[in-house]
Amino acid sequence: MTDSAEAATSSEAAAPSRRALIGWGGAGLALGAVAAGGAVAMARDGDSADDAAPAGAATGAAIAFHGDHQAGIATPVQDRLHFAAFDVKTEDRAEFVQMLKDWTAAARRMTAGQAVGEGAFGGLAEAPPDDTGEALGLKPSRLTLTIGFGPSLFEKYGEQFGIADARPEALVELPKFAGDNLDKNRSGGDLCIQACADDPQVAVHAIRNLARIGFGKVVIKWSQLGFGKTSSTTPDEQTPRNLMGFKDGTRNIAGTETDRLKKFVWVDGKEGPEWMAGGSYLVARRIRMHIETWDRTSLQEQEDIIGRDKGEGAPVGKAKERDEPFLKAMLPDAHVRLAHPHSNDGATILRRGYSFTDGTDGLGRLDAGLFFLAYQRDPRTGFIKIQRNLALDSLNEYIQHVGSALFAVPPGVRGKDDWWGSSLFGKEA
Amino acid sequence: MRARLSVTTAIATAAALAAVTGCTEKGSSAGGDRVVNVTATDDKCEVSKKEFPAGHVELAIENKGSKVTEVYVLFPDDRIVTERENIGPGTKQTVTAEVKAGDYTIACKPGMKGEGIRQAVKATGKGTAAKRDPRLDKAVAAYREYAQAQADETLPKAEAFAKAVKDGDVEAAKKAYAPSRIGWERTEPVAESFGDIDPKVDLREDGLKGGQKWTGWHRLEKSLWQDKKITAEDKTLADQLITDLKDWQNRVGKAEITPTSMANGAKELLDEVATGKVTGEEERYSHTDLVDFKANVEGAQQAYELLKPVAKENDAALVTELDKQFAGLNTLLDKYRADKSSYDFTSYDKVGEADRKDLSDGVNSLAEPLSKLAAAVVVK
Repeated sequence: MTDSAEAATSSEAAAPSRRALIGWGGAGLALGAVAAGGAVAMARDGDSADDAAPAGAATGAAIAFHGDHQAGIATPVQDRLHFAAFDVKTEDRAEFVQMLKDWTAAARRMTAGQAVGEGAFGGLAEAPPDDTGEALGLKPSRLTLTIGFGPSLFEKYGEQFGIADARPEALVELPKFAGDNLDKNRSGGDLCIQACADDPQVAVHAIRNLARIGFGKVVIKWSQLGFGKTSSTTPDEQTPRNLMGFKDGTRNIAGTETDRLKKFVWVDGKEGPEWMAGGSYLVARRIRMHIETWDRTSLQEQEDIIGRDKGEGAPVGKAKERDEPFLKAMLPDAHVRLAHPHSNDGATILRRGYSFTDGTDGLGRLDAGLFFLAYQRDPRTGFIKIQRNLALDSLNEYIQHVGSALFAVPPGVRGKDDWWGSSLFGKEA
Repeated sequence: MRARLSVTTAIATAAALAAVTGCTEKGSSAGGDRVVNVTATDDKCEVSKKEFPAGHVELAIENKGSKVTEVYVLFPDDRIVTERENIGPGTKQTVTAEVKAGDYTIACKPGMKGEGIRQAVKATGKGTAAKRDPRLDKAVAAYREYAQAQADETLPKAEAFAKAVKDGDVEAAKKAYAPSRIGWERTEPVAESFGDIDPKVDLREDGLKGGQKWTGWHRLEKSLWQDKKITAEDKTLADQLITDLKDWQNRVGKAEITPTSMANGAKELLDEVATGKVTGEEERYSHTDLVDFKANVEGAQQAYELLKPVAKENDAALVTELDKQFAGLNTLLDKYRADKSSYDFTSYDKVGEADRKDLSDGVNSLAEPLSKLAAAVVVK
């Protein structure tokens, strides 16, 4: 029992037992918080040996911010997401570049588990603190912050920012796909920041503080919270399940597969503008699930639609989750069959999607689904290729794409003096 | 013309001060070296001494002029330490106050108008308050003058509104409604600092606490726009609004205003916009939110402009940013009025979601750097 819990219970000694329970409840919460900070991997059931997270994960440690590639792509997927798309408000190149530098400095500190600027307390009493403070005392929680630039940045600000000629050919406008019902208020954006962490408060804190630094220069256009990663970049962990109850992303590219990352994820600089070398392209899609109708669907039909069984996650006709799928054994419109690289000339993407639940819509339906995040070296041969092939997907009866955005994700921040976007903006800045 | 504290109130205040301090003094009157004789005429304000020990000070005032006068003891930022008004020609009055060490001004106002004839005096002794940048004192004094002027200008407009309500003229009352609020909205943090006036005049229905009676502008707004009629009770409420606004007008001179409260008050005005106006909650029946919005921005800008010279020395980049953001938000607001000198703004129910987001973004862009103004003013 903690001291505070003891005090709480003893002060309630004469009160009815229910009041005493409230005191105990407090103790439970405190213990729960300790456990959550201690070991993320333990939260999942199944064989715990397989669940062992890579070194660092269990301690909520920091992920290196500097590197050839931005963290948050090949990094082992964290449990929580706060994704934000911004629109630019300034036409002043120097001001915009300064904001990118300020953002980088703040990101460098936050990913190391430190407060922004001069911190959340101890400063001038008359002024608001630099840091908002809700992440004080929390571990770095493997926070990664990843920035991307949208097509509209080049369209709207290409001239003012001197980047009109730097727009990559691969940074296309995504075509309209069959079944799309896109909400413009949840789509697009001149910039994006993906914040992933094992603690949702750490991820939210990061976006909140970056938004604050950005006021006057950029504004948040839309944002999305996510939980329960639906893809893993660590195949030694059990594949997580999506809200349909199925294992999702079994064949995802692992963070350790240097060759596949090189082949499918990282831009090498030969095929696109030099500033993108070491970068990648991010597709973000808000995919609403028709949860209630899905839940009324028979198990057989659910498994037929996906192309895997629900318990083990094995492909149709196979025994184990990681057994090589035999696509022809699946129905022609099964999701796994249509999405598989073999059905798409080998097209492969790195997925980092998260489940989302934004309460309930006005009709009493759960507003929930998959916030799909995919990284690839070229969206034309990656997501676009695959998504077109999914036009016939029988899963489409149960899902609807309601938000969409594409971003060019520049290479990593390479050291203390480097900053997000320096390869694009750095020449004269 | 300004109304002032009634004589009885002033005497009661002085008596209270005397009672509080009396136990440490010899008898009920101040010691001899703490008596300052003030001789007021129509063009002079003579004081018997310009330096006196801090503590319980007595002003012995004699009006030798031909006009009714009033005498003030003022802090360097023009906040009132004590005052006595309605001193008739040929009469004597005394006023006492507890005065800490520091610089003060004694002002006589023949005819009870204007800045008055001023004398600098000094209370000596221990415990001198930290010396403040005189430019900041000037800024506070100028802001107080602005706040007073806003209250003074509001009264006749509010009286016109109240009259229309009492005449039962719904259309005239609707027309007079938004203009009657502009001065209030410009200086709302000053009024809010009194604590009791704001809930009487500017409360919205959802802000009512248990048992609290709903009075003020928004109660009448609901009658005019939603109920579309004026009841007998509304007429009483119109009178009450004027009484409460007069109270506000009378108290502006004594409001606690500091450079920090000016700076943070400016930010609070933007907060008012961010939480109440951009959502359309403030004027949910009349949809005149943009008039309040503009007034809030103007009030914030006034405080900022007065603090700017000092802020610029400490944080030039902040001043550049604030100039830009004030200009940007004002330009954005101008889109919603045809004539830039009028307060005929677009009805807020006609402002679409995307435009409301633009306004919200503009407010955030200004309010975030504005939250740093206080630091730029207090930094040495």
